[in-house]
Amino acid sequence: MSKGEVVVLDFWVSPFCMRVKIALEEKGVEYEGREEDLFGGKSELLLKSNPIYQKVPVLLHNGKPLCESTTIVSYIDEVWPSPPLLPPCAYGRAQARFWADFIDKKVFDAVGKIWRSKGKVAESAKEEFLEILKQLEGALGEKDYFGGDSFGFVDVIAIPLTSWFHAVEKFGGFKVEDECPKFSAWMKKCMQKESVAKIIPDPEKVYEFVIMMRKMQGIE
Amino acid sequence: MAKEVKLLGFWTSPYVYRVEWALKLKGVDYEYLEEDIFNKSTRLLELNPIHKKVPVLVHDKKVILESHVILEYIDETWEQNPLLPKDPRERAMARFWAKYGDEKLLSAWKATWLKGEEKAKAVEESIEALEKIEEELKEKKYFEGEGIGYLDLALGWIAYWLPVMEKVGSMQLLKEEKFPAITSWISKFLSHPVIKDKLPPWDELVVYFDEKREARYNSYYPKQREN
Repeated sequence: MSKGEVVVLDFWVSPFCMRVKIALEEKGVEYEGREEDLFGGKSELLLKSNPIYQKVPVLLHNGKPLCESTTIVSYIDEVWPSPPLLPPCAYGRAQARFWADFIDKKVFDAVGKIWRSKGKVAESAKEEFLEILKQLEGALGEKDYFGGDSFGFVDVIAIPLTSWFHAVEKFGGFKVEDECPKFSAWMKKCMQKESVAKIIPDPEKVYEFVIMMRKMQGIE
Repeated sequence: MAKEVKLLGFWTSPYVYRVEWALKLKGVDYEYLEEDIFNKSTRLLELNPIHKKVPVLVHDKKVILESHVILEYIDETWEQNPLLPKDPRERAMARFWAKYGDEKLLSAWKATWLKGEEKAKAVEESIEALEKIEEELKEKKYFEGEGIGYLDLALGWIAYWLPVMEKVGSMQLLKEEKFPAITSWISKFLSHPVIKDKLPPWDELVVYFDEKREARYNSYYPKQREN
């Protein structure tokens, strides 16, 4: 399985880093995760590897960097084709890429609107978030995973963001399980996978991190 | 006989044009359907209920959305004249730069309707982006080497829409002496047989974006009461 040295420049609570690690775990690829101190000071290696955005995750494959989590996951799928994350046919792949793009455009910002709220979380922020989950439920349909019978590309892209849901549930005063039971069921199914359970952090720890962020940003 | 490939578009959209260029490079026959995006048709809303945008590609009743997703679909479905490179790293780099380019397209557009310090900041951001793209291009004929490909199509807006934005925004971003590689690429790109026959009419495009710029400006800076 080895195709060279793989390093992930990482930050434990970043859902974007989790995507990369879950993909590598799924493929059975050995990698070294290097935790970056994003508040104390980004490493020279990070700044050199991602001069454009200076962000994690960065995948270093045989020393050569790649940035942007969704692009990295596509790369991982192509270099280590087994088991495949994307379906074999062009249309299935187009649908997967569309939903990955939708998730990238919508979910993290909607999550941010809730936990960044000063005082009471606006109803509109909560509604926007739940509307997005309902749209994703539509894409899921009756399938076990977004990928169909097996855990796939869209599942990898989506599941890490759910590690932040406990925090927004607390701030927003709602539960995803009550509002979007299908989505909640999909979350539970994914968490039963070894690769996912290994990488997704304890939601309480994420919640504590978000509280710290709010203090840092003067929202508390 | 109805054409098996249909493309819903709007005549000013660089996102639509990159799809048309891809279809033409592949020699794929298609039917173009103009959509009025200010008065969206039932057809568009049914095909793209999530984003309600063009381009929309319909191939044998399959609906494909989002321009970069459509480009990859086209490349995988019609294998002649490949658009994306074969090497996974090169593919990843092409996708990375395409995404970067789309972010910067929006920055450049913003610069047209902002004023004062905000405008200066947006202009500076756009120039910085062009510097990075210049470095990426260096001495290559096209972004992926000898032949036109995915990234040229994705960044094609720089060749034609950016000059429109410079004009309506009264700003100069692409100084030839500062961006020799991009300048040379623009010339090659615009004279490519497929591209040169598939561009929106310049004068009308300028009028369109000038009107949009003014509208954005007026809504962003509401007129002060005169005393």
